[in-house]
Amino acid sequence: MGRFRGMMVACVLAMVLLVGGVVSAQPTLHILNWQGYGSDEPWAVEIFEQRFGVRVIHDYFSNEEEMLTKLRTSPGVYDLVLPNNVYTPIAIREGLLEPIDASLIPNFQDVDPTLQRVPEFMDGDQLYAVAWTWGATSFAYNTERVTGPLDSIQALWDPRFAGRVGWWDDSLTSVQLAALATGQDPNNPQDLNLIREKLLALRDQVQVLWTSEDEWNRFMAANAFDIGVYWSGSVSRSQKFFGLPVEFVIPMEGAMAWLDGWAIPKNAPNRELAHKWIDFMLSPEFYVRWDTEVGAPASANLAAMQQLPEDSFNRRVLADPEVVARLVFMKPISEEQRVRYLQLWQEVKFRFTM
Amino acid sequence: MKDAKRTWSWSILGLTAPAYLWLTLTVFLPLSAMLYFSFLTQVPFGGREASLTLQHYRTFFELDFYQLLTWRSIKLGLHVTALCLLLGYPAAYVLARQIKGRWRESLFLLVILPFWSNSLVRVYSWTIVLRNDGVLDRLVQWLFPGAGPINLMFSYPAIVIGLTHAFLPYMILTTYVSLQAIDERLLEAAQSLGARPWTVFTRVVFPLSLPGVISGIILIFVPVIGVFMEPRVLGGRAGTMLGTVIEEQFVQAFNWPFGAALSFILLAVVLLLLTVFYPFLRGRRLI
Repeated sequence: MGRFRGMMVACVLAMVLLVGGVVSAQPTLHILNWQGYGSDEPWAVEIFEQRFGVRVIHDYFSNEEEMLTKLRTSPGVYDLVLPNNVYTPIAIREGLLEPIDASLIPNFQDVDPTLQRVPEFMDGDQLYAVAWTWGATSFAYNTERVTGPLDSIQALWDPRFAGRVGWWDDSLTSVQLAALATGQDPNNPQDLNLIREKLLALRDQVQVLWTSEDEWNRFMAANAFDIGVYWSGSVSRSQKFFGLPVEFVIPMEGAMAWLDGWAIPKNAPNRELAHKWIDFMLSPEFYVRWDTEVGAPASANLAAMQQLPEDSFNRRVLADPEVVARLVFMKPISEEQRVRYLQLWQEVKFRFTM
Repeated sequence: MKDAKRTWSWSILGLTAPAYLWLTLTVFLPLSAMLYFSFLTQVPFGGREASLTLQHYRTFFELDFYQLLTWRSIKLGLHVTALCLLLGYPAAYVLARQIKGRWRESLFLLVILPFWSNSLVRVYSWTIVLRNDGVLDRLVQWLFPGAGPINLMFSYPAIVIGLTHAFLPYMILTTYVSLQAIDERLLEAAQSLGARPWTVFTRVVFPLSLPGVISGIILIFVPVIGVFMEPRVLGGRAGTMLGTVIEEQFVQAFNWPFGAALSFILLAVVLLLLTVFYPFLRGRRLI
C-alpha cells in the first residue's frame, strides 16, 4: 500500500509539473482547418511562431460537418477556425463564433471590396468571418489527350468522352452541376426529376468516382480518365507535383464557387493573437509563397493576387471579371435538402451499377 | 474445499472481467447508442430537437434501390466467400497434410504476409496491377501477343479480386487448424476398410474439417457484405454497395439515424442468414 501511495504522489506531482509547464510557457494558438490547406505549412507556422513568440497547434476536420461538431463539443478550445460561406451562417446562428474587429487586421483593407462584407459572413452589421480564399468547382481536362478548348459543361456528357469521365463522388456537387447543365438555379433547383435524368445519363460516361485530390491525380496520371470534375485550387498542384497537362474550365453555363473565411470561435483563449494570425494569412508575404511553392486557391486579398507571377492560373483566369461574373456562389442548404440530394445521388449511383 | 472453490470463482471473475468490461464499453454501448439513433428523427447534437420515428426503416422498404443494393452486397459476400473457399481449402489441405517442417513455416508466413501491410496500401497496389496497361495487362500481352487489352480496373471483378486477396488468409488459417487436428488413425481406419483416397476425403477429411470451413465462411462473409473502402477504390462506377451508402449517410449528409438504420438492417440480414444456414452446415457433419 505504501508503494501505491508513493506512486500516487509521484503521479500528482508529475501532473502539476506538466500543467505548470504548459501554463508558464508561451501562449498557444489552436487552429482548426483542413489538413494541408496552407496554414499548416511548416515555414508559415515557423514565421508566425518566431514573430509573435507563440506556439501554433493545428487540429483538422475532413468535412464542414465535422468542423461544426468540433466547435459544438469543444467550446473555448480553438482560437481560429476556417468555415466556408455555406457553413458560417449555421455557426453564427448557433452562437459558435466571436465578432471580429476588422480594425485589428491591417491587410483587411486590401480584401476585394465585394468580399469584405459577404452576407454569409455577417450578422446584421457585425463581421464574423474574414474572406481568405475562394475557388470554383467545375471540371478540368487533359490537354494532351483531349483537343480543346472546351467551354461548356455539356462536355461531361459528350459521347466522345464515354467511359473517360472522372466524377466527384459528392451528392451536393453532383446535383449542382446537373442543375447548371439543365439550366436551373443550382442553389435552388426546381425540377429534381430532370436532374436525376441528367445524372443517370452519365452512366456510360463515368469511369471513376473519385473522393480525394490525390485519387484524381493518380487516376488521371494512370490514364483512367481524360476529363473530370475538379477544384480550381487543385489544378496547379496537379501540374506541379504530377506533371499533368491539365486545364481548368469555367463553363459558359457557370461554375460553383465557394469562399473560405477565417473566424474566431466563441470564448477563444487568445483573441488578439487570432486577429494577428488572420492578418498574416491575408498577407501577400504568406499567400504568394503558398501559391508559387505549393499551389493555392485564389486569395481574397487583391494586393496579394497582384503579386503572383503573370502566368499563374489564379491571376490568368480567376482575376478576369468576365469569368468571375459566371460564378455562382454556393448558398446554405437545409438539412432536408441535403438528405434528399444524397438519396437521389445514391439511387443514381445504384443505377450506374446495373 | 469450499474456500478453494470461492477463490477459484473470484479469480475467474478477476481474469475475465477486464475483457468483458472492455467489450461492454467498446462494443455494446456505442452499438446501443446507434440502435437508439436509428429510431430518432435526427442526431440530438448541438441542441437539435429529436423525436422517435420509424421513418428510416420505412424508407428502406419504400425505395427499391436500397433493397437491391443489400442484395448486391450479399451477392458480393457470396462471390468472395466462394472464391476464398475454392482457393483456400486446397492450400490449407496441402499445408496441413502434405507439407512438414520448415517448408510449412515459410509457406505459412506467405499466407500471413498480407496482414502485415495496411489494407489501404494493399488495395491501391491492386490498382497498379489491374488497370489498363497495368502489370496484369502487360503480362497477358507479353504471353499472348495480339490478345485484347485486359482492363479489369473499375469493375465488379476488380472488387472481388481485391477482397478475395484481403480475406483469403482467414479461410486458410481456420481450415488449416481443423484439418491439422484430424486424427491420422481415422484415415488409416478408413483406408483399411477399403476406402479409396477420394472416399476418404469426402467421407472423413472434409466432414471433420467443416468446423474450420464454417468459421472461415462466417469470418469472411459477414465483414465483406459491409465493406466500403475496397469497392470505392477498385469499383469505379460499379463500386456502390450497401457499405458505401451507409458511410455516405454519416459523412455526407450527417444523417446518422438513416445510416444506423441501414446498418441494423444489414445486421438483421446477417443474423437471419446465419440462423437459416448454420444448422444446415453443421448438420452435414453427421453424414
